[in-house]
Amino acid sequence: MNEVLTSETIKEIDHWLGKFPTGKQRSAIIGSLHAAQHQNHGFLTSELMDAVADYLDVPKIQVYEVASFYSMFQTKEVGKHEISICTNISCMLRGSDEILSHVEERLGINVGESTPDGNIFLKKEEECLAACTGAPMMMVDHVYIEDLDIKKVDEVIDNLVSKS
Amino acid sequence: MSKYNQVIYSNINESDSWTLDEYIKQGGYRVWKDILANQTNKSPDWVIEEVKKSGLRGRGGAGFPTGLKWSFMPKNDDQKYIVCNSDESEPGTCHDRDILKYNPHALVEGMAIAGYAIGATVGYNYVRGEFMLECYPRIETAVKEAYDAGLLGTNIFKSGIDFDLHNFLGAGAYICGEETGLLESLEGKQGKPRFKPPFPANFGLYGKPTTVNNTQTLASIPKILENGPKWYADFGTDKSPGTLIFSISGHVNKPGNYELPLGISFQEVIDIAGGILDGKKLKAVIPGGSSTKVLPADVIKNCTMDYESLQDVDSALGTGAMVVISEGTCMVDLLKRISRFYYAESCGQCTPCREGTGWLYRILDRITNGQGKESDLALLVDVAGRIEGNTICAFGDASAWPVQSFLKHYHHEFEYMIKNNGKPMAA
Repeated sequence: MNEVLTSETIKEIDHWLGKFPTGKQRSAIIGSLHAAQHQNHGFLTSELMDAVADYLDVPKIQVYEVASFYSMFQTKEVGKHEISICTNISCMLRGSDEILSHVEERLGINVGESTPDGNIFLKKEEECLAACTGAPMMMVDHVYIEDLDIKKVDEVIDNLVSKS
Repeated sequence: MSKYNQVIYSNINESDSWTLDEYIKQGGYRVWKDILANQTNKSPDWVIEEVKKSGLRGRGGAGFPTGLKWSFMPKNDDQKYIVCNSDESEPGTCHDRDILKYNPHALVEGMAIAGYAIGATVGYNYVRGEFMLECYPRIETAVKEAYDAGLLGTNIFKSGIDFDLHNFLGAGAYICGEETGLLESLEGKQGKPRFKPPFPANFGLYGKPTTVNNTQTLASIPKILENGPKWYADFGTDKSPGTLIFSISGHVNKPGNYELPLGISFQEVIDIAGGILDGKKLKAVIPGGSSTKVLPADVIKNCTMDYESLQDVDSALGTGAMVVISEGTCMVDLLKRISRFYYAESCGQCTPCREGTGWLYRILDRITNGQGKESDLALLVDVAGRIEGNTICAFGDASAWPVQSFLKHYHHEFEYMIKNNGKPMAA
């Protein structure tokens, strides 16, 4: 039994392992890191990455390489709830910069930072999130919220703040 | 008969369109079952020929003929793979998301048929990580339903045909939309594109023969085979047959995904999208995702939306993601945002792209901050030219083209901003 990874995480990793041929367990690294990060409320630690490497029986460096390459993995401590405000072109044309400024002001942090109470992480989102026809949009804990205006954004933030 | 939403989006307005029951009610999986039962008449070669006749071209942006791509697969007993690129992330593009959400079984059936055609017994559908809760659950459920109904697996309906299908979730990297970057990612590595040749048909996933197709391409297959290649081709033009889903975003009154016949006039598309927002005048359009070259209003207004027409005006149809820009928009700010994106997303393995995208962004940043120099415009063109054509994959070109085209058509706005300490001309 692995002491770092919960049984739920192990179950999830096994689910990913089942998709690939024998000996190709490296393919399960991304899915495993999603599960490990979820277990730890939004970010990875060296301990978790090492545990994933051990469980998958791959060199640790292969896990670190993946964790550092992909933007959905956080390797430093961040807030529990993640807000990503898309600011790519389609959203920019529909006012995403104002939305982002408003959220920064309300939370008292800059994009890329977390609130001091560790509740909310305002992710730097430079990639387009592929919801351009619902611009401006944001993603909150992986849920897409589209056709934003300040009122709608405030409701979402009120809801997150009440969870702190 | 309506010309709209006839192929992939034909069921999009049905309630529960994503369920197996509803898909079957609409005639779904008939083609797959028919192929399994009549393999002599409906051989893999027959499928490839039908797809060739339909003129279907890859909808991921490059527009390569699908049937031809399938015919490149070696005919041997090696393990082969069919891989679907659902890593939708070209800025402006969001129509594969709606396929995964509202018509996932068309993709499942399309992948099974494609696998049969190229001799692949295993398929992977690579879905972008951010779709984790947005549409991944729908396609995951669809695959499970298909297994439960015996439509996937081993010796399907005692046909002797095996086909296993797995969904895969990425983790946020635009470059994984490049097909060899995607394969690297699927192997659990950083998504750094491979040098080609060898192409995936010879050396793909785990070094085995592999075909990578886009979601929309594969989801079109069942309808094409059901109604025949001519039915499909006739929607479009001779050289751009069939339909394309246009994602229309930016300054229009009714942004949305519209499946339309190729060759439709630009004006008709804008009308369908409800016209320009706030009754303003059109200024420009990025016609096929952020990597395609921007076109001023007076150029695009005479275009038809197909591969050839947009190529003739030195742009491209790309993914069919039209970003509509109205008067009053500062083109320098817009280009800076595009360049920031390529700078952030460069995978970093080729020096011209890794370094050059940073140069482009920083020069544009200083221009918008009032610190631009007159020599900066020539420098931008110089840097873009040194990236273009000098990288392993097309990402480098995609970072250069917006810079070149914005400067070509809106040079005066850049000059004005430099002379006026960062003040935008459009304001």
